[in-house]
Amino acid sequence: MSYFLDHPARVGSLTLAHVELVAVALIAACAIALPLGLLAARRPALSGWLLGALGALYTIPSLALLALLVEAAGLGPAPIVVALVLYAQFMLARNVVAGITGVDRAQVDAARGLGMSPSQILVRVEIPQALPVMIGGVRVAAIASIAIATLGGYVGAGGLGVLIFNGLTLHQPSMIVAGSLAASILAIVADGLLRLAERSARAALA
Amino acid sequence: MSETAIRFAGATVRYAGADRAAIDGVTFDVAAGETVVLLGPSGCGKSTLLRTVNRLVALDAGRVEFYGSDVATLDAVELRRHIGYAIQAVGLFAHMTVAQNVAVVPELLGWERDAVRTRVDELLELVRLDPVRYRNRRPRALSGGEAQRVGVARALAAKPRALLMDEPFGAVDALVRADLQRELLRIVRELKTTTLFVTHDVAEALRLADRIVVMRDGGIEQVAAPDDLLERPATAYVHDLLHAGDLPRRA
Repeated sequence: MSYFLDHPARVGSLTLAHVELVAVALIAACAIALPLGLLAARRPALSGWLLGALGALYTIPSLALLALLVEAAGLGPAPIVVALVLYAQFMLARNVVAGITGVDRAQVDAARGLGMSPSQILVRVEIPQALPVMIGGVRVAAIASIAIATLGGYVGAGGLGVLIFNGLTLHQPSMIVAGSLAASILAIVADGLLRLAERSARAALA
Repeated sequence: MSETAIRFAGATVRYAGADRAAIDGVTFDVAAGETVVLLGPSGCGKSTLLRTVNRLVALDAGRVEFYGSDVATLDAVELRRHIGYAIQAVGLFAHMTVAQNVAVVPELLGWERDAVRTRVDELLELVRLDPVRYRNRRPRALSGGEAQRVGVARALAAKPRALLMDEPFGAVDALVRADLQRELLRIVRELKTTTLFVTHDVAEALRLADRIVVMRDGGIEQVAAPDDLLERPATAYVHDLLHAGDLPRRA
């Protein structure tokens, strides 16, 4: 605890850097997963194949993936951001598919029958209905990303991992605890905020 | 003879993998202002036939005309905005209020905001739901009968040139159903809306129809006014269908 309490500015700035890594990765991941998931939701044959491939990607140990990415992209934030984007795909795309395919068929049939175009059906009916499930995917991906992003400390990307890896090198357990604690608190806060968003999206449907 | 609203000419639909056509060479006309009920057991093709009119189902052969135009030549989305559509599951949009649901088609057609608002209240009154009480409710807060009233209001909102109804009252209890049937009769008479109505309920068909189209295995068994159908069933199938439920005759 002592490092955490004695160096609030240091912990604070690393936390901010950590948030930045995760936020950039999540935004990029959503921008990829949304169209990917929508495409898969339209084509059941593709959906099994795509989610299988993303699931396989998800099982690659993060350290191994990161090592490969460092080989390819060098040190710095790039390898960790790419790794986070790749890992998040599975959770995000899966929930987009689940959300869209879970939309009440009667509402989609009514929307078509009343004369909405395919893009109007998507934007006005399917996405609003699927939003709680999609936000649920973002929540799970955010929590996982906050944990995985600590590996950024090992590849020179900054963030809370810096405390963990420096603590390891310097035999300073209190630094390791400080980094871990801050990452946990961050995960709990992200979980809480996204749960709220999920709940309000759900309330909009009731 | 009044204008023909909907004309089926050899309408045929084959679903992939099915051993027979879902509808097979169906030919008949629906006059403007007329209420025609498609009656038959499940699987006879009545819903498929209904859905060819607004092109939710595409024909494999033959044609369907809507006020003289082959629907295949029209823009499907635009066509649907001029044809009311109500289904058994209602399909009210859960994230919208009652008013927003009713306003969907007028808004798609680009009506002015004030015109839409006035129209929504008119429609809610037409289906006998107090606009003040119901306007801002969510579909989840409605009973089955109320939801179906909103479904009918939504279908009629943009003054469609025809109304397609696919077993709209199939999921509500008998008392509510009878009530909704009376309301629908009153509404279509008041508005003179051309209506094509699908049901497997003989009593419902007899109550609502100007003419009944009895269907079997994708084809037409008989087309007749309710009285004619009862008095002169063309085939044993029609006779059996009419009397299968020990129908208590009214009138």
